[in-house]
Amino acid sequence: MKVLVPVKRVVDANVKVRVNADNTGVDTANLKMAINPFCEIAVEEAVRLKEAGTASEIVVVTVGPKAAQEQLRTAMALGADRGIHIETDEELVPLSIAKLLLSVQEKEQAELILLGKQSIDGDNNQTGQMLAALAKMPQATFASEVKLEGESLSVTREIDGGLQTVTMPLPAVVTVDLRLNEPRYAKLPNIMKAKRKPLETVSIDDLGVSLKSHQKTLKVSPPSERQAGVMVSSVAELVEKLKNEAKVI
Amino acid sequence: MAILVLAEHDNASLKLDTAKVVACASAIGGDIDILVAGHECGAVVEAAQKLSGVRQVLVADNGAYTHSLAENIAELIVDIASDYEHILAAASSHGKDAFPRVSALLDVAQLSEVVEVVSSDTFVRPVYAGSALATVQSLDDKKVMTVRTSAFDAVGTEGAAGAVAIDKVFDSLSQFVSQTLTESERPELGAASVVVSGGRGMGSGENFAILEQLADKLGGALGASRAAVDAGFVPNDLQVGQTGKIVAPDLYIAVGISGAIQHLAGMKDSKVIVAINKDPEAPIFQIADYGLEADLFEVVPQLIESV
Repeated sequence: MKVLVPVKRVVDANVKVRVNADNTGVDTANLKMAINPFCEIAVEEAVRLKEAGTASEIVVVTVGPKAAQEQLRTAMALGADRGIHIETDEELVPLSIAKLLLSVQEKEQAELILLGKQSIDGDNNQTGQMLAALAKMPQATFASEVKLEGESLSVTREIDGGLQTVTMPLPAVVTVDLRLNEPRYAKLPNIMKAKRKPLETVSIDDLGVSLKSHQKTLKVSPPSERQAGVMVSSVAELVEKLKNEAKVI
Repeated sequence: MAILVLAEHDNASLKLDTAKVVACASAIGGDIDILVAGHECGAVVEAAQKLSGVRQVLVADNGAYTHSLAENIAELIVDIASDYEHILAAASSHGKDAFPRVSALLDVAQLSEVVEVVSSDTFVRPVYAGSALATVQSLDDKKVMTVRTSAFDAVGTEGAAGAVAIDKVFDSLSQFVSQTLTESERPELGAASVVVSGGRGMGSGENFAILEQLADKLGGALGASRAAVDAGFVPNDLQVGQTGKIVAPDLYIAVGISGAIQHLAGMKDSKVIVAINKDPEAPIFQIADYGLEADLFEVVPQLIESV
């Protein structure tokens, strides 16, 4: 079974971003970049499927600037077999990314497409579902357990209020949640080996996909800052303040 | 033009989230219809008919819609989409699951987790775990969006809308097998006016019992940080944060939670924040209205006694 794993280059999860001075976006220059944490979990799951003998080949794909090749190399160091880089400096909405991924899928014919449930920059939580819709495939979002049972896929999903299990035929799209697995660290020899793995670069034009303009970001502003309040010295003082000052209990 | 709102429900009762999405729809302006897709969901339809400002309730009552699977719900919405310019759902696990599918089938981009309506085509939504707010104009002819319900006040229940049945049935590509829901007598996390949350500092799942007592004393809900969920102290559906629930209660009490960016993303719009932590450097103190630097195992029992 071939597995396709789309990954995204994002600002590292531990970095606090700031809105730029002209309110057009966030300042990402000179910030530490990394593979989106949810994408890392998707790569790990694909690698585990390969180690279990279920997956035969893992193809990682990304849409983004030249520098995003670093994240493809990271994914290959973790165990992916080859990478496809759709190079563009444009910021694309998830629908456009889903269309590009669909065109890769049409060529690769993967039976399982594993994505992160959301990227921690755009916080959209859309791409996997959109790709499933365009590819007319079933979807299982927010997966915390993925099992292949014969010809069908059984997925446990994190839903409001608890967990839900669904089954579906392949090919299918699965988006992963935090609880699915604990990604491994790439070992140095694997990082070295990853440099020699095949990485193909294509442009949007090469894929023959025409993209529309869907949204315009008019402004990006910082949220209203919350100021630190007061430190209290005892439970009695805290309760007094909650009752009489804040009036919330 | 008209606005379609997907009802959030469990076939037995309508979730308060729906009344909040209707509030967002009212801010956009236009005729508001609610779609109730489910099975044997008469009580849900009745509750939806009472929501203020609703024109009519569309009812798709069929076994195929029992578990709100994304694939057929999306097709059902797309089937009636031509009558609507705006299509809204709560940014719940259902809304997040189904709506991107609706958007892609309609070939329009989606707006996720809208927190403010600027005009009928321009909306505000948080990005980067709430570190920035983007004002986005949609250039698509249809606006498909999910609504962050903590940012809107629920509409009242003085309405008396009519109900119209939809007979079309679509089948889902995936099949429901089972679900396990966390049983609780406490209010729902997203709707509670008080939330008591615990983090890694709780040390174990057993220790969460004292937070449960505090939550019960205050009539509140129980929440948790990712660290507490990952450590297996509590189930994942209690997670508050960027990738869990987003809450904005009147009172949020963070116990043994350091205050990572990802956690703050889920609770920093609470009216009053109380932090109890023994580390004076914990980032949570930078946003807390009231901070108490102390051992939680000493002070939480005292707090239970005195509230």
